[in-house]
Order: sequence, then structure tokens, then C-alpha cells
Amino acid sequence: MTEQLNNQPMVVVNHLKKYFNTPRGLLHAVDDVSFFVNRGETLGLVGESGCGKSTLGRAMIRLLEPTSGEVKFWGRDIVGLGKGEMKEMRKKVQIVFQDPYSCLNPRLSVSELIAEPLIVNNFCSSRKEMNDRITRLMDTVGLARRLIGAYPHELDGGRRQRIGIARSLALDPEFIVLDEPVSALDVCIQAQVLNLLNQLQRENNYTYVFISHNLSVVKHLSDRIAVMYLGKIVELTDYRTTFKNPLHPYTQALLSAIPIPKVGQKRDRIILEGDVPSPVNPPKGCRFAGRCRFAQDICRQQSPELNEYEPNHFVACHFTGKIQYTR
Amino acid sequence: MSENKNLLLEIKDLTIHYVTESGRVHAVEGLNLELAPGETLGFVGETGAGKTTTALGIMRLLPMPPAKIISGDILFEGESLLSKNESQMRAIRGGKIAMIFQDPMTSLDPVVPVIEQIAEMVELHQKGTKADALKRAGDMLELVGIPRERGVAYPHQFSGGMKQRVVIAIALACDPTLLIADEPTTALDVTIQAQVLELMHELKEKFKTAMIMITHDLGIVAEMCDKVAIMYAGRVVEYGTTAMIYNHRLHPYTEGLFNSLPDLESEQEELKVIHGLMPDPTNLPSGCCFHPRCPYATEDCSKSAPAMAEVAPGHFVACPVRVAELKNN
Repeated sequence: MTEQLNNQPMVVVNHLKKYFNTPRGLLHAVDDVSFFVNRGETLGLVGESGCGKSTLGRAMIRLLEPTSGEVKFWGRDIVGLGKGEMKEMRKKVQIVFQDPYSCLNPRLSVSELIAEPLIVNNFCSSRKEMNDRITRLMDTVGLARRLIGAYPHELDGGRRQRIGIARSLALDPEFIVLDEPVSALDVCIQAQVLNLLNQLQRENNYTYVFISHNLSVVKHLSDRIAVMYLGKIVELTDYRTTFKNPLHPYTQALLSAIPIPKVGQKRDRIILEGDVPSPVNPPKGCRFAGRCRFAQDICRQQSPELNEYEPNHFVACHFTGKIQYTR
Repeated sequence: MSENKNLLLEIKDLTIHYVTESGRVHAVEGLNLELAPGETLGFVGETGAGKTTTALGIMRLLPMPPAKIISGDILFEGESLLSKNESQMRAIRGGKIAMIFQDPMTSLDPVVPVIEQIAEMVELHQKGTKADALKRAGDMLELVGIPRERGVAYPHQFSGGMKQRVVIAIALACDPTLLIADEPTTALDVTIQAQVLELMHELKEKFKTAMIMITHDLGIVAEMCDKVAIMYAGRVVEYGTTAMIYNHRLHPYTEGLFNSLPDLESEQEELKVIHGLMPDPTNLPSGCCFHPRCPYATEDCSKSAPAMAEVAPGHFVACPVRVAELKNN
């Protein structure tokens, strides 16, 4: 937007919380999360099901109303914005959903699907301008023009996901939340879509938050990676450090659990005992303590802060640097 | 393939079609496979490659119609499964051949305590009283790492990983000689997947059960399997020991599949992708099904279906172009 803002992060999230009321108690889906995203970078959000990564992705663009906290977009808090202002803001802030089968209206054709955001926001002044824009968007995401009248059920998952991407790009956004965009796709199609996302970012300087449970996919696309566990970020650093020098015991276990497609690579796998505890009334202290190999009394009493252990390497653990990564 | 009397499972030239109104789906075409006792074979391929159809064919669980076994035979312990009648098949299913399905949430009965679901299997296949069966079921639960007392719980009281453990306990309850696991960990999170794979590995070693592991995850294959069959559009395109396939992969599709995976240990700006899409199974390309997407394709590839060639002992590839290349070098 403005020149003097170029040195500051594009998106700043401060103490964001999203709780849900459930019959069993308060579900802490996202619990006091703070981070920033720089312009043109990709921040990967990883974690297992139920860790709150999708809720975070939605809360930060107000598809879910945050319980508290702020989300600043170029310095402006969007949590307090009124309806009209938020609608303006939504042009800049877009999302691509996981399931290309359920996020597209089955009764609309490809051109109608891509036209929808353009019409809702009065983006084009004439019919011709809109048609031009639709064909250009189809070219951009690699959809053949002959498919313009096709309906979603006629297309495979990869092409449907390309429609989802075209819709998110329709209004020239700056910031896109990608919520598991390739998880429903076969590996070959997944690779095609990853390449597309990469290329679009290079050409247009988009800023991504990339949510996925697949670490190798996240690593491929991300500049920095935030690892989430039960509503909290436990480690946040650049992708190289995440893989070379993970410091949080959960990150270490998560990385060691990935099966590597190479023969004869025997690794010391850290097998975590038990399951992720319930986010309803979570235990006080460190959320990971119950499954952690290194847990001490303090871990069960006091929740660790996300501290900068070394430059640009944030870890939420009482014993950062005091435990060794066994590989 | 070589003559070997000591085979547990031998699939010969199996062809399965689905005959539907909108056309004939060539789900499996001329499939040949061999499995020795105690061996683990990985079935790798994308959605629609015919992996699950083959597995269901072995179990004789294909919905017929529309499925139709056109030709070929499946020999299990030297006897043809295709000539068995339904009651003989029932004794084999769950007894000698057991199957684990992808989704543990849907393969358990929600209104029956898990220990009884395991005992049911034992009662069906082994002599003895209900008490014996329940005792055996309790032992199985402990074997998969669930305390015996938890057996009275219902499936919804377990997490996904625990449910899959129960499914494994059911599958192994009658000491099968062959276990077919259809994407057993796809529905699970990666740390839970690691637990379940570890468990399956242990149990496989302990009981010397042969296994067919259906998966799309090449990492799991590297970890679990002795041999791999790469499937594309209903055909096995490459087959061999895991080490051979991973270190000397030859078929262009296998190559493309590996290249599509982001590598954790190196940095790539761009992934090398296979262009295009899987062919429509009702209208497969002529000759080699992969030729329209293949960077090595020559004119001949569209004319005749490639035969399997043995390039090294036990390593088979269905690609004359790559095989000729290998010979010339």
C-alpha cells in the first residue's frame, strides 16, 4: 500500500484467541497466538488435526470472529472493522479451501464461479471486461479455455482446485490463506498445483499463509514455519532451521515421524505416547507436557511463553537449549 | 516369472473390468504378482490405478455386477480362490486372509463393545467357547497396546489411532497368513501413523504374516515393504524389491511419481511434474497407457502394449524404451 510501510510486516497477529462454547466446556481452538507475516513471504502453519491451524487461518481473516486479540493488516486492526470496511478489506485478503469438491457451488459453471467474486464486488465495469478477466484468470491458473462452460462435477480434483485458486485471485489480493490446498489431491496433481502456487507468488509477490499437515509440502513452499500444538504455536523459525535444528520436543517428534521415501534410511524415530489431549478445558501448564519425554514439574504448572531463543527462532519450551536433538 | 513352489499368493494375468452403463472400466489389466510367506509387498499408485480393486479381487469382495473378472487366476497356498464357493471363501476371509481398511471410523460397529467385535471374529473361525474367544480378544487388545479393561468401551470412545489398533487386533485375531492393508494409516495424523506403523512392523516380525500394503505414500513403502509394485491405469508398470525400485527406478511413471514428491533433504524451486492427467479408465490410450504423458515416448509406444521385461533378477519393467536404453549403455 504505502511506501513507508514496506519495512514493517504486512500482517501482525497479536494475542489472537478463538474459543468455542461446547456442551462439555470451553474449547480453546486458538489460544493466545502472536506472529507476523512479511510481504511476499509464505508462512507455513503445520500441526496435526485439531491443533487449531485451520481455525487460526479463518480467524485471522475473520471468517470466524476472533474471541479476542488483534489482526493488523498494514498496521490497521481488522478485528474491529465494520461490515462495509471489512468488505473492502476482503478484496485484499483471500482464502483457498481444502476440499475442492465441497467449496464450489455445483450448479455454477466455471465462468460463473470465477465471475462470482467479481460481481459481488462490482469489480468490472462492463460485461466484456469481466469476460476478459475470467479468461485471463483461467490462463493464469492453467485451466484450458474450452472448460469455461464446464461444471465442477465434470472436472477432477486438480482442476477444481485451480478454480478455487482463480476465485481467490480474481480481486487482485495481497494476502492469501491457503488451507490445505493440496491435501485432497494425488501426488502428481499435488505437484502441479504446488508449482502453480509457487509461480503465482514469484510473479505477483503474493503473501501466503500455507496451512498443511504435510511437512514436506510445507517445507517446499514456506519461508518460515510455525508448528502448532493444541491451539498454541510451539516453534516458529525459517524452514531450514525447522528441519536442521528443531528445538521443541514436539517439532522433533513430528519431524522424526515422517516416512522418508528412501531405502535404508534408518532414523531414530521418536514415538510419542498417547494422543493429543482434548482442547476442551486443556490442562494448565505446557499443553504438550503429557506426551513429552523431557517434561518436569514446572511444565505441568506453568505454560511456557514463545520466546526468541536465537535470532528469528521462537520456541515455547521451558528447557529450550537444555535438551539435545537425538538423530 | 520364476517357478517357485513355495508361494503364498500368486496372481496370474488377472483382468477385472467394471461393466457400467457409461462404458467398460478397465480397472485391472493382465496383472501378475507373487508373494512368498512372510513377505511384504507394497502396491503404489494414484487414485484409480486399480490397487483396491486388486485387493478386493483377492478377497472376492468385488461388487458383481458391475465388476467382472474377465480372465486370470488367483492362487492362494496353491489353490485357486476364484473356484471357491461362498462358504469356503467365508472360512478364508478373516481366517487365512485378513483385511484392514482405510477408515477405522467406518469399519467398526458403533454399537458393539470393541472386545466383542474381536471375539466375534475368533468365534467365527476357531473352535471353543465364548469365554475362550473373549480371552483371546483380550490378549489381542494387549498385543496392540490397549489395556484389556478398555475392551468394554465402544468405538466412539477411542481416538482414530486407537480404533485402527482395534481393527488390527481383529485382523490378526485368527493368525492369518496374509494381511491386506488398504491405506491403513491415511486417515491418521503423522505421529499416530508412526505409532501404528511401528506396531504393524512389530507384529509382522512376530507372526511372520505376509502383507500387501496398499498406499500412495512412498515413504511408508520404503519403511515397511520388501517388494513394490507400481501401478498405473490398472497395470503394473514396474515391479521389484524395494531397494531396486528406489535406487534404480526405470519406468518413466515411477520416475515421475518420485519427482512429484517434495524432497525433505534438498531444496527445489520447482517440482518436476508429470504433465496431464490420469487417462479415463473407460477410454484408455492405445499401446502403453502412459505414452501421452511420457517424456520418453516413441511412435511405437502408442501401437503395442509393452511387455514386462526382467532387467535385473527380480526387477521387472514394462517399458521397452527404457529397457533398450539400459542395454545400450
